[in-house]
Amino acid sequence: MAADLNVLASRLSEAFGDALLGSVQHLGELTVEVRASELLGVMTRLAGDPDFAFEQLIDLCGMDYSTYGGTESEGGRYLKSDDATRVFPARFAVVYHLLSLAHNVRLRVRVFAEDEEMPLLESVNDIWPAANWFEREAFDLFGIVFSGHPDLRRILTDYGFVGNPFRKDFPLSGHVEMRYDVEQGRVVYQPVTIEPREITPRIIREENFGRN
Amino acid sequence: MSEIKNYTMNFGPQHPSAHGVLRLVLELDGEVVERADPHIGLLHRATEKLAEHKTFLQSVPYMDRLDYVSILSNEHAYVMAIEKLAGIEVPIRAQYIRVMFDEITRLLNHLLWLGAHSLDVGAMTTFLYCFREREDLIDAYEAVSGARMHAAYYRPGGVYRDLPDTMPQYQASKVHNAARVKEMNENRQGSLLDFLEDFTNRFPKYVDEYETLLTDNRIWKQRLVGIGVVSPERALALGFTGPMLRGSGIAWDLRKKQPYEIYDRLDFDIPIGTEGDSYDRYLVRVEEMRQSNRIIKQCINWLRHNPGPVITDNRKFAPPKRDEVKSNMEALIHHFKLFTEGMHVPEGEAYAAIEHPKGEFGIYLVSDGANKPYRMKIRAPGFPHMAGLDEMCRGHMIADVVTIIGTQDIVFGEVDR
Repeated sequence: MAADLNVLASRLSEAFGDALLGSVQHLGELTVEVRASELLGVMTRLAGDPDFAFEQLIDLCGMDYSTYGGTESEGGRYLKSDDATRVFPARFAVVYHLLSLAHNVRLRVRVFAEDEEMPLLESVNDIWPAANWFEREAFDLFGIVFSGHPDLRRILTDYGFVGNPFRKDFPLSGHVEMRYDVEQGRVVYQPVTIEPREITPRIIREENFGRN
Repeated sequence: MSEIKNYTMNFGPQHPSAHGVLRLVLELDGEVVERADPHIGLLHRATEKLAEHKTFLQSVPYMDRLDYVSILSNEHAYVMAIEKLAGIEVPIRAQYIRVMFDEITRLLNHLLWLGAHSLDVGAMTTFLYCFREREDLIDAYEAVSGARMHAAYYRPGGVYRDLPDTMPQYQASKVHNAARVKEMNENRQGSLLDFLEDFTNRFPKYVDEYETLLTDNRIWKQRLVGIGVVSPERALALGFTGPMLRGSGIAWDLRKKQPYEIYDRLDFDIPIGTEGDSYDRYLVRVEEMRQSNRIIKQCINWLRHNPGPVITDNRKFAPPKRDEVKSNMEALIHHFKLFTEGMHVPEGEAYAAIEHPKGEFGIYLVSDGANKPYRMKIRAPGFPHMAGLDEMCRGHMIADVVTIIGTQDIVFGEVDR
């Protein structure tokens, strides 16, 4: 597989040139970063060109890099770190995992959404219909908007849910809790009453800590 | 002449054929489904978010609760992702044990699927038969981990402990007298491997029994043949994996194509369908059961003759033995650090996928070097399958919706996560 990845990496840089912002090989996996404006063109070619033939979109997921490398937590959420080892070009990204059955190779594509307030990317639903629900999930959990998606609704959270639960600034226990109110005879929402607590603190050791 | 309107119907969330909590909004034209809109998420527990707030080891039991009928397969993908990032060598015996339990899990999953699917379609007997065999396999889970369902047996670097030399025994009670108990304990006198070998010898005959009941059964065929047809092109585009893809005639199985653990040393075949309908997927899964049985046999044979360690001796990831902890200061420190602070997985990202009974189950793990994952994404095979339900149901009768949900082998623990 490793040899295949070198071939694939060089083919990718040949085919897309400037549209690729970076390409990393690590642990036998190839990750490329694509410019958001070129996303649709790159993906269409990755799926259609017989040189690549990525017939399947295996996975699509949202990412929130805002607290990368941070260890402090407060109120059930982790805080931003000032001395993080890696700096990311934007807070939100979408990670695509592609699989080519013809070449038996996998590829990871990462696209950063530039605008933090309104992360917007183009939908790949027309290339791989499998993206439909995956994009709905990323929209629901991270608030990433996909333009051109036919039916961008919430999918996993409750009807009438407010917020994007997988963003790092969303506390683990959420904002509201639900209970049955005997007097009103119905289920009511109220602010959470449980105290957030961290059982095991998050710790980052120096590099190669504990390597034999 | 009165105006004819389309009819919208709610299917579930509390419906025995919904295989969990699925709310399906069906738009009907008479009895024909025009559109199916699944509302999922009723079982959403935010496993991925919970994992971000737990050490790596604490998340292992959460994996059990994703697809709660193929428990150890979920754990396998998770520990493989950690091992990939950390570069941990897994002892060969542990790899065999994992593969054996993966295949036991595949049998458990397919048996439950076959029983529930045939019950949905109207065949009662197979359900009872399947649960009879499941009992033995769940006993194997119990013998090795102490839990009948949520085993939490795999660990990053191996498995929790070696296979036991004795099997738990039935005790005499009000419902079983001593003679009956003796009979029931007959195949439990030896080790777990003896018990499993006895099972693998009996199992092909059981599969024949299911096939006698179903394969040529006229009602079964009338309900399954030509229902929920998926062409190979659509199956790929919709992100189908596992039996859903192979049923459409695409020979793709990660155990063969991207072998992990020791699958490349084993001898087994991959069944594929031709028509891509529910009946083909039934045949594929039944044949997979026979093949899993073959794999288990080969693993038993190897495990009998090759004793050895079952977990890595890298003390930064696996705890030392109990007696060492009591006599050795360094071991005590390792033990303490592992179970308080937890392991530190090196910075990076990795995707580990396995051929889960339902399809490709993958874990995408991002670590920033802390003792907890920065982000974990679970690629559940049922999620894209469920998304394809609308396309598979269109144009079918309302009774076929039950068949199609059944043939997709949906479990909401993993779809909703």
